[in-house]
Amino acid sequence: MNSIKFLYAAYIATWLIHALYLGTMVRRYSRLRKLRKNLDIDRK
Amino acid sequence: MPAPTGITRATLFKDLRLEWRSKDAINSMLFFSLLVVVIFSFSFDPNAEESRQIAGGLIWVAFLFAAVVALNQTWARELRNQVLDAYRVSPAPANALFTAKVLGNFFLVSLLEALMAPLFMIFYNLRALGPAWQLIPVALLGTWALVVNGTFFAAMSLRTRSREIMLPLLLFPISIPAVQSMVEATRIILSGDGAARFWIVLLLTYDVVFTTACLALFETVLQAE
Amino acid sequence: MKRVFPILAVLTGLLLAYAFYEAIWVAPMERTMGDVQRIFYYHVPSAWTAFLLFFVNLVASVIYLIRKNAKADAVAVVSAEVGVVFCTVVLVTGPIWARPVWGIWWTWDLRLTTTLVLWLIYVSYLMLRRFSDSSQTPKLAAVLAIFGALDVPLVYFSIWFFRTQHPQPVIGGGGSIDPRMLHVLLINWLAFSCFAFLLSWARYRLEWLQREVEEAQALESLLGDGLAAPTRAPLDKTSSRTGPQ
Repeated sequence: MNSIKFLYAAYIATWLIHALYLGTMVRRYSRLRKLRKNLDIDRK
Repeated sequence: MPAPTGITRATLFKDLRLEWRSKDAINSMLFFSLLVVVIFSFSFDPNAEESRQIAGGLIWVAFLFAAVVALNQTWARELRNQVLDAYRVSPAPANALFTAKVLGNFFLVSLLEALMAPLFMIFYNLRALGPAWQLIPVALLGTWALVVNGTFFAAMSLRTRSREIMLPLLLFPISIPAVQSMVEATRIILSGDGAARFWIVLLLTYDVVFTTACLALFETVLQAE
Repeated sequence: MKRVFPILAVLTGLLLAYAFYEAIWVAPMERTMGDVQRIFYYHVPSAWTAFLLFFVNLVASVIYLIRKNAKADAVAVVSAEVGVVFCTVVLVTGPIWARPVWGIWWTWDLRLTTTLVLWLIYVSYLMLRRFSDSSQTPKLAAVLAIFGALDVPLVYFSIWFFRTQHPQPVIGGGGSIDPRMLHVLLINWLAFSCFAFLLSWARYRLEWLQREVEEAQALESLLGDGLAAPTRAPLDKTSSRTGPQ
């Protein structure tokens, strides 16, 4: 039943890829929100 | 306004004349192809039968890389002298310029292939078992396929960082069906194993589709710089 | 609108969990391949989703070229990126499935190769977007998308013919499918489609946020610091706090 490991690997790989993408999005969001806050402060 | 064919002819002859005087592009391409052939020779040591199977791939990969060398400098002169800006504001059709550039590159790369082919035959002891004359339409159609898209993507890459690497990054994925056709057709003709007709027709289709697309969209790309 | 997103996210999460349960426990075991075949329920929906997203990109690109609509361009970027993510999943799960079942990691079969070429084309699209400095990048990218779309049928056709000449095992097999398996497949497809929609929506909002910030930065550098000292010229250097990253 060694092949069951491949099943786990495939499902884990799928969610890993999605998690990585979500992670980059979250990081960009927080960076941009911070930038926007700074810009708003400057203008006021 | 000068006729489009007039512009095409004038630009083409100017480019060819400049190239003939300096021979920059052809020399670097020739030497590059030769280096690729030699390095491949160290990587593969095929017997006669194997040679006929893999030579198509080796040859066309070598020509592809050499073509990129030529394509990268397609627009360099125009960029330096603000010729593209002039075309943007003039009523002259941009396609005339594009056609001239494609023809110039086509001539250059075909010349390279004509010079390198005997060398390949020598290094790999090639002898075509199929109809050798069919290699000519394969070479012509295949070269056109690479050159028409290559010239177009070279224009698209002008305003990118790492311009020289951007061209192959864009060109190679799109060229996959064309390269596959060229390589398979060459393999079939060399090994006499079947008919290359399908691949030649596919190459022709590819050329028609993408030449039309390039002519239709070049104006857009030119204006977008 | 902002409240809908978390609700949808929770619903999608539940749907994905249910789809997972169906794939692992409910779907019948495949006769020849065993449990490994369940990768199919992730592999195929991801492929369909990726192709759908690439199609959306094509449509958005054409609309952008015709109408110059900024929203169309944003949709194009988003669908290309999320499409590449799902396409990556397909290309990773494919070999993982192939290895135990057919003994090989990769085969240049029709579906896998076409998927790979699509992936390459769209990665080059994303690279063009990233490396192009022109303000007209959206237009160039849209043109590239059209070229890609023209290319795909040619790719499919050429590989198809190549495979008729040099047959090899087909990954994923063909033929009819057990209706119970089809049911599980469709549920997973629904779940992943919702997930793709959520990802795209989030990415879309991110895109607008980015454009907003870039505009504000540009404005800032043009107008200079509002509280600048009198000795400083108005169109002087950009504020150091909001320099480009």
